[in-house]
Amino acid sequence: MSTRLLYFAWVKEKIGVAAEEVDIPSHVTTVAELMTWLKTRGPEFDHAFARSEVIKAAIDQAHVRHDAAIGAAREIAFFPPVTGG
Amino acid sequence: MIRVQQEDFDIGAEIVRLKAGRSGIGAIVAFVGTVRDQAGDVEEMALEHYPGMTEAELQRIEAEACARWQLQSCLIVHRTGTLRPSDNIVLVVTASEHREAAFRSAEFLMDYLKTRAPFWKRESGPQGSRWVEADSRDVAASSRWNKHAAE
Repeated sequence: MSTRLLYFAWVKEKIGVAAEEVDIPSHVTTVAELMTWLKTRGPEFDHAFARSEVIKAAIDQAHVRHDAAIGAAREIAFFPPVTGG
Repeated sequence: MIRVQQEDFDIGAEIVRLKAGRSGIGAIVAFVGTVRDQAGDVEEMALEHYPGMTEAELQRIEAEACARWQLQSCLIVHRTGTLRPSDNIVLVVTASEHREAAFRSAEFLMDYLKTRAPFWKRESGPQGSRWVEADSRDVAASSRWNKHAAE
């Protein structure tokens, strides 16, 4: 089953795409593992996730920590710390 | 109530609407965040957001405020798109019977919004453009509300 990945702000700029449908390998079970796997998909991903500890994630439009399980997520987003308001 | 929009907002009109039919209101607090020019460094500010999650997160933040304080009404309006110095960015209005709940909940809403609502600012000026970095003071301001939280 494919999962929709979304990228925002400088994460999006570094990767060069805003959204994509991806088949996540079955051994990737957490957000942290997903970032590690994404880094192997090309230099732009390696660059975007170089400081993965500062990147925030959301599963199905709710904030999650890096140790969160991906489970049956339909949509996973990666973005810098928010700066609205 | 929450709204995400490109258009500007009219604070007076919003307060009139919020008061309509709610004669139990005795205190209204309004906060407006605006674009700073930072001594000429900022000529334009672009606000990106995560459609869908933004609305969901603002609703969660509003629900949290309503759970903590007795509010008669509550409004969050946040703008997106390209803004210029002095333009309005965000409006928070809280209404309660007495002023303490309105003051405190307005501050809480802004603190939570700043650290949780998925918006990102990009400033442009004579020096080029850059993504605004998160301010650790906002994280500290937001976490002080956790002291008595159930989570």
